Amino acid sequence: MANIIEVKDLKKSFGGVEAVRGISFSVQQGSTFGFLGPNGAGKSTTIKMLSTLLRPTSGTILIDGHEPTKDPHAVRRAFGVVFQDPSLDEDLTAWENMELHGVLYGIPRGTRRARINELLKFVELDDRRHSYVREISGGMKRRLEIARSLLHFPKIVFLDEPTIGLDPQTRNRMWEYLGRLNEKEGITAFFTTHYMDEADRNADTIAIIDHGSIVASGTGDELKRHTRKDSLEEAFLELTGRNIREEDASELEHLRMMRRVRGK
Amino acid sequence: MLRTIYIMWIREVKKFVRSRSRIVGALGQPILFLLALGYGLGSVFQAAGQGSYVQFLVPGIIGMAIVFTSIFNGMQIIWDRQFGFLKETLVAPVSRVAIMLGRTFGGATVATVQGCIVFLLTLLFGFHPCSWGLLVPAVLLMFLIASLFSALGITVASFVRDMQGFQLVMNFLVMPIFLLSGALFPLTNVPLLLRALATVDPLSYGVDGMRTLLIDNSHFGVVTDVTVVFVIAVVLLGIGSYCFTKLEV
Repeated sequence: MANIIEVKDLKKSFGGVEAVRGISFSVQQGSTFGFLGPNGAGKSTTIKMLSTLLRPTSGTILIDGHEPTKDPHAVRRAFGVVFQDPSLDEDLTAWENMELHGVLYGIPRGTRRARINELLKFVELDDRRHSYVREISGGMKRRLEIARSLLHFPKIVFLDEPTIGLDPQTRNRMWEYLGRLNEKEGITAFFTTHYMDEADRNADTIAIIDHGSIVASGTGDELKRHTRKDSLEEAFLELTGRNIREEDASELEHLRMMRRVRGK
Repeated sequence: MLRTIYIMWIREVKKFVRSRSRIVGALGQPILFLLALGYGLGSVFQAAGQGSYVQFLVPGIIGMAIVFTSIFNGMQIIWDRQFGFLKETLVAPVSRVAIMLGRTFGGATVATVQGCIVFLLTLLFGFHPCSWGLLVPAVLLMFLIASLFSALGITVASFVRDMQGFQLVMNFLVMPIFLLSGALFPLTNVPLLLRALATVDPLSYGVDGMRTLLIDNSHFGVVTDVTVVFVIAVVLLGIGSYCFTKLEV
């Protein structure tokens, strides 16, 4: 199978601080790729560069044969993305969020309606289609985002910690969805997670990034064999050390409060 | 292009219609100004030989409602950035100019409706326009003013990342724009400095144009008013589109 994602010597610095320091990897079409690393290792920055949101400082990216900096629209049509933080419009209904996405991606009305129906059924939100997003649970929002990311028939789906904060039931269900999609539509999944068992079970290939560099890659079994550990979690700790990483707290909580105060 | 503009426009309109607290909240302030100043200073204004202050004030109050609503709406981008929805539009395979235009016209539509509601309320306070036929051009002018300030809000919001920044903009941009515009006082016989400031304030022309259409009282002349508002609106749409295109998350 051909490589649908090719990354060569990719770098990104923010004002002198190197967040990503020359990483290279490739992802086979139709495979599931786990991108692991401690907080602040450069995972989200990499996903933002792959998804055309950030310009790399240097290096090349090829997504489905297109470069994000040269032909962003071709790249954007090729992937769907579930970001680490929710990106739904809370004041619109589930259906309206899907509809807005479909219109932005230029899906003709007939196909759009059918696909939205199909996907809402797929993630079991069919009965909540007219609920406002702010009224549904965190797990439902996540499922809705997954459905939305698939609406325009992408070849790749980027999932940045898609299962964070979800109960085991929802988490299992999500992997089940992704597995079925992979079978049915041959979709390539690129995901990050902090749950090592999840990565071990679902990823065909894993790359571990730390301090902006890829420190190891291979299948889960290869990584375990290489580090002589029984579990991927042990292997991960062996490769990235046991120190706790500091990350700047987001202002999100603060803003939520302000928003409430302003009566929005 | 058109369908992108449309879907972003309808989003703004839907959000507005669904947020009753926002509608009422945005009406409170102009009405408060009308009550406190219109009646509070009315007798002084009349004694100075300037006629009815309520009549004079209403176009300014409508301008106020439009400016506050449209800048606030433009700055919703800060929330969309923090709550993630902005990313959804930024990774879509559509021109960001179209997204920016849709948002601007959506915000402008909302602000125009708000301006019309304020106008209807002022009728209850005894306001009477000089000609009902001129209401149509007055509403069009409202939309033009609203587009100008929506574009300004979006431009500023692409530089501001948090709520503190938003407060700063409100205090150091929106309040001066409103207070120096001649919305509250006639620009004739004011000190030179104040007149100079009013001359560079785009809202002065908007309010003056409204005053011409609603109470037949003009300072700059309605052709100048409309031309200035139109040109600045186009320029700000250009600048806003550029800033929005360069936005990174």
